[in-house]
Amino acid sequence: MDMASKNSSKIKQIGVVGIGSFGATIANMLAEKNQVIVYARKSEVVDEINSQHQAQGRTLNPLIKATDDPEEICEACEVLFFMVPSSGFQEVARKFAPFLHPYHLIIHGTKGLCINLPFGQTLDTMKRLRRGQLLTMSEVIQQETVAVRVGCLAGPNLSLELSQGQPAATVIASKFNEVILEGQRLLRSDRFQVYGNSDIIGVELSGVLKNIIAIAAGALAGLGLGENAKGLLISRGMVEMVHLSNALGGSVKSVIGLAGIGDLVATCNSENSRNFTVGYRLAKGETLEQIQADMEEVAEGINTVKIIKAFLETADLRAPITENLYRVLFEDLEIEEALQFLMKYPFNVDVNFV
Amino acid sequence: MEEKYIKHRYEPILPSKNEWPVVKLARERKEFIKQVSDKSQDRILNLINSNPDLLKEELETTLYREKLRIKQNPWAVDPDDEQEFWGKVKSSLLHVNSDTKLNKSTRLKAYRDILEKITTRYSEEIASNFKHQHYKFTRSVVTFGFARLLNAARVKGFRSIFSNQFTLQDKIQITGETDQLRDLATKGTVVMVPTHFSNLDSILIGWIISVLGLPPFIYGAGLNLFNISIFAYFMNALGAYKVDRRKKNLMYLETLKTYSKEAIQFGCHSLFFPGGTRSRSGMIESKLKLGLLSTAIEAQRNNFQDEQNDISGKIFIVPVTINYHFVLEAPSLIRDHLSITGQERYYKENDEFSTSYKISKFLFKFFTKGSDISVSVGRAMDVLGNYVDQDGKSLDKHGRIIDTRDYFMSNGKITVDQQREEEYTHMLGRRIVEEFHKINRVFSSHLVAFTAFELIQAKNQKLDLFDLIRLPEEEIVIPYEEFKSACQQVYDRILELRADHQIKIAPHMKRGMEQIIAHGLDNVGMYHAKRPLLRNQSGDIVTEDISLLYFYHNRLHGYGLEKLF
Repeated sequence: MDMASKNSSKIKQIGVVGIGSFGATIANMLAEKNQVIVYARKSEVVDEINSQHQAQGRTLNPLIKATDDPEEICEACEVLFFMVPSSGFQEVARKFAPFLHPYHLIIHGTKGLCINLPFGQTLDTMKRLRRGQLLTMSEVIQQETVAVRVGCLAGPNLSLELSQGQPAATVIASKFNEVILEGQRLLRSDRFQVYGNSDIIGVELSGVLKNIIAIAAGALAGLGLGENAKGLLISRGMVEMVHLSNALGGSVKSVIGLAGIGDLVATCNSENSRNFTVGYRLAKGETLEQIQADMEEVAEGINTVKIIKAFLETADLRAPITENLYRVLFEDLEIEEALQFLMKYPFNVDVNFV
Repeated sequence: MEEKYIKHRYEPILPSKNEWPVVKLARERKEFIKQVSDKSQDRILNLINSNPDLLKEELETTLYREKLRIKQNPWAVDPDDEQEFWGKVKSSLLHVNSDTKLNKSTRLKAYRDILEKITTRYSEEIASNFKHQHYKFTRSVVTFGFARLLNAARVKGFRSIFSNQFTLQDKIQITGETDQLRDLATKGTVVMVPTHFSNLDSILIGWIISVLGLPPFIYGAGLNLFNISIFAYFMNALGAYKVDRRKKNLMYLETLKTYSKEAIQFGCHSLFFPGGTRSRSGMIESKLKLGLLSTAIEAQRNNFQDEQNDISGKIFIVPVTINYHFVLEAPSLIRDHLSITGQERYYKENDEFSTSYKISKFLFKFFTKGSDISVSVGRAMDVLGNYVDQDGKSLDKHGRIIDTRDYFMSNGKITVDQQREEEYTHMLGRRIVEEFHKINRVFSSHLVAFTAFELIQAKNQKLDLFDLIRLPEEEIVIPYEEFKSACQQVYDRILELRADHQIKIAPHMKRGMEQIIAHGLDNVGMYHAKRPLLRNQSGDIVTEDISLLYFYHNRLHGYGLEKLF
């Protein structure tokens, strides 16, 4: 009751948590219309932003301020954009939890999954995951913090193109209309269209699952295969996404939308996509360790494949692309063999979900 | 650690009846009804955007449905002037419809006058008729009468009818967060949400509220119960308002919600059966009717809007589970459940608890033969499902104090957002279901019924539920040893869940498996003509009625115990 009313008189600021490539892009877009304050964990990054207006080489709007104090950003902002990779998401949520209140609106832009295991267990000791042990980012936020008005941002939003000001669109998904409306108000511009969707789980899953297919698309490109193969992959990939998303609680509709098929097509054609690059380099003969060693930011798809593979152990479902990609990534199956396997796989029905 | 049952009667928290919110409400009944009627009209007009054409449509729909109800499904409790009232509504409507001189605003006004008549009538109909004298009388009848019966039955001999050896509280065990409930009821407004298996629940809860020293709660009771005059008397005495499930028109539903919301804001402690109706399947309610629940959230937001930010304006949700070995209505409930699965909408409200004879017979059996009931009171929560501390302050999962007001804030002030509150209602519903499962107390009878049905199902994997319950009962035999080891398995898993605070068990479950099974078989659905479970002459487990077995089995649905089979 004390802290709630204090900041109403001040001009509202918008918070961005995490300042990787997508975080920086979104912060810049928000800064066109709003005062933006960003949170970075490392104090040298904070200093870099405040003094040189750039974060690890990416130019930021000079009006953007930075802090490494979660309390400060939570006090100053009612709306926060969480733009941190899934591997660090739970930790950040826990760090912010003591300072968040039920009035906060949180929109995240993370296309990955977290796991929720009994103390002392890891994915490598478990091998099998039930739905309840696997969390989308909105579920992480709701589990770790008191925030309930939560949304997600997903769609074909390659940071490089957005920062060049190319036209694009995104989806804001939330069970709360007010979150969608606020997201639209903050982000919409002549170059950026913002759609709303109430199926937040479906939209999150679309963004998550498409990364698996993106790695596979990169692999096909790396093998030097052409557009026919890509068309085949995208369409089979989408069917697989639909079934997986359904099994995890998302609706078919969202997969067919901008966050699903829209993002899938963009990522499967882009050398700017990290996930695509992983597949591409694998096909060129590098190992996963080599690839990960010199990637600046994580490719979410790798971890997603691992988690979905563990989920498939408990679900009554086959997902041939994911299963074979898992073997390529973690069990040294040759990509050519995986491709052979998929070509022989009896997908005899074209579309079986509508 | 043995849980302690509440054995003594508490001092009333508000000794003077004049302080009881429900008495105050009864004093101001007339003004209150007017207020409910006015606010309902506002809500309805708001819903239809004050559009005269839409209002006309709603009025006509309501009229049509009411006429149909009067014709097709009349009840004894219906007032005599129903035909006449709706006849008048019809002629007023025709009059306005044909009056060409009216412009948009005068037409709206004319329709609003009709609307007012309807909401006023509905408010009157719904409003409780609490009379303190009746309440006192009822309470003593229930306590005294039940206690006498009980003593007569348990202590042998004629004189025992005057014995005080056993009280009703030996029979009905109350456990859980009773002190917190008593405390919060003096400070804020309580909304109690119990599970609902039997029509007996209403009276039982009323009695428990009085044992705990709480002033009477108001609650919505199905109008069908008022068909029986003795029940009607009890219900009125206990502060019940009337919910007519035959009326599903917008105007009625909005008036009902307004009534509930206004009463909560008035400070009346309320009771909702959030399942809406008795659980027909015997499962703990997993989908709650959210209509009335939403009124608690709305009332809370209204209190905040009125700047009632301290505990006096706070609303506490208290889940309660009631456990029985035996549910009188089980045969008809499960029959309904099986026949209506999937098409509830076309299902006509019927009323099998209808004869006083059946009820007396049940009560007599209950008190003479003995069948324990346990009531467990859960931790109080705010309207978003956060636990509250001893001062009624909401706590987040990490125990930090948070302000419930913040859930309704945007841009630094309280805002009204229907869609948001709908979502909150869903969240609250899910939290209540979660709490139901946690405070649910497993009885021996639940364990044996669950295990037996799962074993039968496991042996007939190819059959779906409906084929399964059509199996000829005489062909079903479970060897005792097999049954015992399966019970042990389920029991062990229940203990694990209990260690994890996911469920509770009754004290009679803390014995050897042989004894638990014997106790369970003796008690499961003990007064049904056909017993759901018993041992045959060779000592094996058989059933006389597999649908009933299914009903009692369902009580342990929702814990993932099925996976053991």
